[in-house]
Amino acid sequence: MIKASNLKIGYDQKIVVEDFNFEIPQGEIVSLIGPNGSGKSTVLKVVSRLMNSIDGVVYLDGCDIHRLPTKEVAKKLSILSQYQSTPPDFTVEELVSYGRMPHRKWYEAKSQEDEEIIEWALKQTRVEKFRDRSVNSLSGGERQRAWIAMALAQRPKILLLDEPTTYLDICHQIEVMELVNKLNEELGITVVMVLHDLNQAVRYSHRLVVIKDGRFVMEGTPEEVLTKELLRNVYHVEAEVTVDKMIGKPVFLPIGLSYAADF
Amino acid sequence: MEMSASSKSTPTKKVMSKRLIKRITVFVMTSVVLFLAILISLRFGSVRFTVSEIIQGLTSLENATAHTVIKNIRLPRTLIAMVVGANLAVAGALLQAVMRNPLADPGLTGVSSGAALAAITIMLVFPNLSGIVPLAAFIGGALACLLVFSLAWKKGIDPIRIILAGVAVNAILGGGTSLLSILYSDRIQGVLMWLNGSLAGKSWHHLRILAPYSIIGLIIGLLCINTANTLQLGEDAAKNLGIKVNTARLILSLTAAFLAGISVSTVGLIGFVGLIVPHITRLLIGSDYRFMLPVSALMGSALMILADTFARTAFAPIELPVGVIMAIFGGPFFLYLLRKGGGYKV
Repeated sequence: MIKASNLKIGYDQKIVVEDFNFEIPQGEIVSLIGPNGSGKSTVLKVVSRLMNSIDGVVYLDGCDIHRLPTKEVAKKLSILSQYQSTPPDFTVEELVSYGRMPHRKWYEAKSQEDEEIIEWALKQTRVEKFRDRSVNSLSGGERQRAWIAMALAQRPKILLLDEPTTYLDICHQIEVMELVNKLNEELGITVVMVLHDLNQAVRYSHRLVVIKDGRFVMEGTPEEVLTKELLRNVYHVEAEVTVDKMIGKPVFLPIGLSYAADF
Repeated sequence: MEMSASSKSTPTKKVMSKRLIKRITVFVMTSVVLFLAILISLRFGSVRFTVSEIIQGLTSLENATAHTVIKNIRLPRTLIAMVVGANLAVAGALLQAVMRNPLADPGLTGVSSGAALAAITIMLVFPNLSGIVPLAAFIGGALACLLVFSLAWKKGIDPIRIILAGVAVNAILGGGTSLLSILYSDRIQGVLMWLNGSLAGKSWHHLRILAPYSIIGLIIGLLCINTANTLQLGEDAAKNLGIKVNTARLILSLTAAFLAGISVSTVGLIGFVGLIVPHITRLLIGSDYRFMLPVSALMGSALMILADTFARTAFAPIELPVGVIMAIFGGPFFLYLLRKGGGYKV
């Protein structure tokens, strides 16, 4: 569905990602993980055509995403950045209605179909009772769901999320993750996200892609990826990894650093 | 989080329509204010007319004084004020969408300072060429704008870079303007009027030049409404929704610069309208450009007409620069709205 080949990405002169290849199969939840500054968000930006790469190609359904008309891409793919802002008086419903923009010509008004899809998106994310409230007046978790509703109104086949749970308390983090899971299972939306929290990534992803210093390290199922060796080599953390009986996924317990930190 | 089906639809429709009603009310009220402003402007001056005399003056030759004063002097001047007010307000509103910065002002594109330097160079250094002041001002504004955009361009338009480049270019050109003013301080009188904006002596001739370009600019502005709205969600969100952000920013900024440029070259520098009117409108009606942009245009027109009427009548026969009036009266009103909070919420 999405394939990146030989990505080389940089800001000004500085190369931050090089020789990066990966493929996202349809219908999966894939998380990009890696330490701070490893380039995971940058990769997501390029994959979603928010940013250009210096070299390499991103294919969406076999076509170079940077050559496809951007409006056509917006009907298939939606990306939510880490930071969002709306003017203070935009309501949830207004925000969600922007998701229909790519499906309309600039002179066309909202159609009946648009209204129905907006309604559907509000319901799916359970923000319908906030529909007339200003987005800025919502809590972090509600706001995140409102933005996901906007993304859903685009009717994307693939949803990209940049650290969707950062800044949320644990309850809202899980709420957002459960929502993502539901969108994947019930609507078959492919999800690619950048996550900081390894346990969350393991819990909610079918596959993990590991990045370190702008290089592809490995990819695989959570069981394949979350190992003592990986935590040591990529994060410099010594940890116990066990498989939790309740969820049947690996979890880790950090013990300390793998190098002598002198504070 | 569970919700019953019944709780959703009834309050919704009510609240939404309430907001729509408010927006329509503001729209209608602003139109009424504009109409009254036009009437006031036609009525007051060295000679006062009643409404029936105004209608007479506009429609027949019976009342010769009314006909001459209203049709040949006050009407064109009022219409110019109307057009200029709308242009500047729309220019400011468009730039605010691009910059996402409350201090965005048409002057930021360099248009005003470029126009000013070119205009006063002609007025002070080549006073016998004063007929080409508007043309020179427009070209000066366009060149300065081009300079700001080429300085700000780096793989696209970054709003912060425009602001910085704009401030720098304005400082340099402003220095030039000050230098000329000092060197030719004996001829400064007319220049001062121009630098503070004045509609004194503006007639049908000026309107005929200004109107077609303004109509083109304002139509382009109206066509940009959806784009401007989407840009308010931020660069990434706009790109996600299929907006070509760089192209959009360029078109919006150039339209704004064009509207400001044609206005400034006709009537001189008028600050405040482009900065404050969009804010006042936002406070009254919200940030949705479908309402905000047309209401800004109406309100810009109304304010400009009222300010000009005051400028020419308050200390008659002395005419005050309209830009000064606008700032002195509009500023406090804006601060009042800001303190009150207005409608800049849901």
